[in-house]
Amino acid sequence: MTLSSSPLLERIKELEREGLAAIKEAVDLDALEQSRVRFLGRRGPLASVMGSISSAPPPERPLVGKAANAAKKALAEAMEARKAELAPKRRRLASVDGTLPGRKLWAGGIHPITQVMDEICGIFSELGFTRARGPEVESVHYNFTALNIPLDHPAADMMDTFYLEDGVVLRTHTSPVQARVMEAHKPPIRVVVPGLAYRRDSFDPGHAPCFEQIEGLAVDEGVDFVEFRAAIHHFVNAFFGPSVECRFRPSFYPFTEPSAEVDVTCTVCAGSGCPTCKRTGWVTIMGSGMVDPAVFEQVGYDPERWTGYAFGMGPARIAMVRHGIPDMRLLYEADVEFLGQFA
Amino acid sequence: MNISYGWVRELAGAGGGSGARSDLPAWLLRAEEAAARITKIAASVEKSETVGVGLEGVVVARVLEVGPHPQADRLSLCQVDRGNGEPVQVVCGAPVIVQGGAYAHVAPGNRLPSGFEIGSRKIRGVVSHGMLCSEAELELGRDRGGIMRLGDDAEPGVPVADYLGLPDTLMVLDLNPNRIDLACHMGVARELAPDGKHLNLRPSGGPEWTPRWCDGESEAEGAGVRVEVKDPSRCVRYLAAVVRGVVVGPSPGWLAGRLLAAGLTPINNVVDATNYVLMERGQPLHAFDLACLRGGGVGVRPAREGEELTTLDGQTRRLTGRSSVIHDARGAVALAGVMGGHDSEVTAGTSDILIECAHFPPLAVRETARETGLATDASYRFERGIDATAQGDALRRCVELILATAGGKADPEALRAGAPPPAPFQIPLRIKRVNQVLGFGLDEPAVAAALDPIGLTTSTDAPGVLDVSVPGWRGDIEREIDLVEEVARRVGFDKPAEKVSRFRPSAVPDDPSFARMDRVRQLFVGRGLLEARSLTFVPGDFRGSRADLAVPNPLSAEEGYLRPAIVPVLLRRLEHNYRRGHRAVRLFEIGTVFGVGTGEGREKYTEEIRVGFALTGGRFPRHWLRTLRDFDIWDLKGIAVEAAERLCGGSVRSLAGDCDEDRRGADEFGASWLEWPGFGMYRDDELVGMAGLVRTEAVKEPAWAGLVIAGEFRLDAVRPSSAPRYEPLPSFPATRRDISLAVPRNVDAAAVEATMSAASPRLLCQAELFDLYSEVSEGDALRGLSWSLEFRAPDRTLTDAEVDVEMGKIAHALEEGLNVAVRGS
Ligand SMILES: [Zn+2]
Repeated sequence: MTLSSSPLLERIKELEREGLAAIKEAVDLDALEQSRVRFLGRRGPLASVMGSISSAPPPERPLVGKAANAAKKALAEAMEARKAELAPKRRRLASVDGTLPGRKLWAGGIHPITQVMDEICGIFSELGFTRARGPEVESVHYNFTALNIPLDHPAADMMDTFYLEDGVVLRTHTSPVQARVMEAHKPPIRVVVPGLAYRRDSFDPGHAPCFEQIEGLAVDEGVDFVEFRAAIHHFVNAFFGPSVECRFRPSFYPFTEPSAEVDVTCTVCAGSGCPTCKRTGWVTIMGSGMVDPAVFEQVGYDPERWTGYAFGMGPARIAMVRHGIPDMRLLYEADVEFLGQFA
Repeated sequence: MNISYGWVRELAGAGGGSGARSDLPAWLLRAEEAAARITKIAASVEKSETVGVGLEGVVVARVLEVGPHPQADRLSLCQVDRGNGEPVQVVCGAPVIVQGGAYAHVAPGNRLPSGFEIGSRKIRGVVSHGMLCSEAELELGRDRGGIMRLGDDAEPGVPVADYLGLPDTLMVLDLNPNRIDLACHMGVARELAPDGKHLNLRPSGGPEWTPRWCDGESEAEGAGVRVEVKDPSRCVRYLAAVVRGVVVGPSPGWLAGRLLAAGLTPINNVVDATNYVLMERGQPLHAFDLACLRGGGVGVRPAREGEELTTLDGQTRRLTGRSSVIHDARGAVALAGVMGGHDSEVTAGTSDILIECAHFPPLAVRETARETGLATDASYRFERGIDATAQGDALRRCVELILATAGGKADPEALRAGAPPPAPFQIPLRIKRVNQVLGFGLDEPAVAAALDPIGLTTSTDAPGVLDVSVPGWRGDIEREIDLVEEVARRVGFDKPAEKVSRFRPSAVPDDPSFARMDRVRQLFVGRGLLEARSLTFVPGDFRGSRADLAVPNPLSAEEGYLRPAIVPVLLRRLEHNYRRGHRAVRLFEIGTVFGVGTGEGREKYTEEIRVGFALTGGRFPRHWLRTLRDFDIWDLKGIAVEAAERLCGGSVRSLAGDCDEDRRGADEFGASWLEWPGFGMYRDDELVGMAGLVRTEAVKEPAWAGLVIAGEFRLDAVRPSSAPRYEPLPSFPATRRDISLAVPRNVDAAAVEATMSAASPRLLCQAELFDLYSEVSEGDALRGLSWSLEFRAPDRTLTDAEVDVEMGKIAHALEEGLNVAVRGS
């Protein structure tokens, strides 16, 4: 029996050959690591050969140990060499076609309407406004009566309102939350109410049967029209930028008086007139006004003591103006190509 | 609302003639300034356009002779006088050309407003020198199927534009619903005039008429006719006058021009007079051909069921009791406050007329207009509430205009049936209150100066209080706050005043659901999902997902219900994306879902905010180095676990769907789309959401679609904030050992992990499954699972021997407790 024919030594040679082949064939660092575990690992065959060294005849033992160590070393060296080959290399970069596309991850995104709403809420939160919420299925009392809207008013018309039954509607605006908040709290009140509202409008480029609204309400002693105007100016500057002007126009809402519509410079044409602004240079962004004393009376506030202002905005329309989106339906269709543009 | 700027200017005192003033504000000198002023203080001017441009070559021509065209029956041949004594021959296609009548003529070499050049040309062998024009050809409004007839006051040779007082600017106003007083020229003039209480009314040019009034509460008789008003809810007050012997013909130029500039088409002098008064002062009137009223009188009553009436537009309408009509002895002759009847219309042959000037209440007119589907100039104003005191003056004005333009003789008696007009009233206005609401710092004279010019006459009562008398045309002003608004408007919303927006506290806490939503968005957006916002309307049965809350008056059957769950809606959005060719779709939505419970009224309806998500297609964007791998059930579990653990502080359990409890859970979340087994999301042992693979039947998918994974959970399960406590980072390194196990089929991975943790409670700090072989020896009975275990002590580096001891304890516990064997040892 010669030493070279020792089964243990044979096994070591075989393992070394296999290992070197596997290392050479490893296509990436993962595969290389797998072969490392397989051949050099704690529970790998080389380790178990070393473990069974005691079963070899004593004269063979140092040879086996030496051979095993040599194999280990050879494998480790090959491993390092292959690793260097597989690792991204600076020196080879010159030969890489840098115009090939890079690898990406999916980009998630917040809906453009949500972005607008978050920004609006954020700007008003600097002025002390907190966020409030109310039900979308609403009683006629809160949706109309508490807001000084008579039920024979065109706004309460069956044609425009989703009635669920007598006295229950899908709220036609977020304004009912005004009354709910005032009933639940004593002044000072400063809230914004982001939420959905419903109107019987067919789904077309300019309308949706349900749409987002942001309501705002501020009630305190000494809140006057001038302060209201200053708050809206602050908002317009913060949201649209300092170059955008705003103006207040007389308007009518049953729950505010004086009532005003707020226009801002058309951002598409910078005020010179274009189809977006119907050639007026202005785009209307909110309805607003001083809270009508009748509303205060409805919720048990003394209208001689408390004054306040309220406003309502349509974030969908603002998003359309801001991003130049021509058709409102795009906002609600969840086309990933569309949503991805705002991610 | 259409307004002629020229008309308003004249009323406000800037017109020609005696009424002109010298102290005029800028907005009475230029139309653009006027539009800006009206927008700022009263109503938006949506657009302005010039009426009567390009009429340079159009002059008045009188028809001297009219005869048939020798070669064509349908054409006529006219000789017209253009004021220079030389008759001009014109061929004309209109059926009725009146000899002696005045028309608008364009001579050869001139152009129409459209730019079309007129020449002399042969028409069927006869030369026509220019043409006589219709309203449309002159761009003066709608064509009425003929040539535009001018008034008998038109002098041949005068440019038609001069004759009609054009060009003028027509402004389109978008009125606020409370400001119906602005739906007439006097109303707008009051806002613009230096002194709106004294407007410069154009004299009618005819005799004055001061009638003797025949009054009656429910009926009045006089002037040979009778008027009956029994139901105040159908008609508040009905005034009538009779003019006999009128000659119906074209209106004079100044009146026709005014109507054209206000966007109306002149019809004849009687109808034009009623329209003129409507546009001047906002009071609708109607003229009946008295000969066509049977029984010598009119009344107001509900229409009879099935009663028919042919209205002025030529349509025959079947009515019900919801509509109100004017009737004579035999039947309905007009829709009260909406439109006159065809059979009693004033025509060329009319001689005696009855002029109605009534006050119909808003609700009655709204009902009539709605039932007949009509919206007219009259109904628009009645529905919004007209000046309750204006009927007498309006009727007088109309009769005088008719006498001036159509001749005839007005009966000295006039009728007045119904309630008398309301008495004027005063509202006290506190200056302190004005400043409390506005913050403008106005004094008493400034407030009075804002109100007086528009007819809100003020007088001082007590110190600091103005008594404001409210004119009839301001029916919208009832309270002190209404006057405050008037002050704000008139002073200008932009009145300078120093104040910065400032922080004020709110007694209302931030609703936690918004913070919850923010956290949800952060998680999902971070994982590459796009936020969707869908309409909340769904069909009643959307592929197995049943909605309970029906909308009684939906826009369509497809939108007949409110969504009971989010995922079915997202699946529909997914299909939309498939149709657009998108294979990789990752959506989430936060929205309200609805149901019907028990209770009364609003309490019966339940609503809850849910978070839904749905993903399909490639886990990563396609890249040239790697083939696309799709989302699968393990991605779903990963997302569900993250949502449950990180957002809710809860956990996820695998649900087989083989017990009622599992199925009830799926039901609660509308998860009829779920392919069992699914995953339940739990917080404090309460099921708060469901997630799983979407059954293929639940989505209409193209052949190239991948697996769809989805889930839905309650927003209120999400913790509004997460402020995790810091855990000290380890000071000593960990020791890693791999362990490969042969696990019987009936033992799940969680049980193995639990057993390992229990066996080494202090030192085993992490167990990470890294491999699973399904086929281990002994057929299908065993699975091979490998974990990588990390051992660590907080106070020292563990020795190999210590770890060996822990490994031994773990192997023993697995063997004993679960019959799990360690492989390769
Ligand atoms: Zn523009």
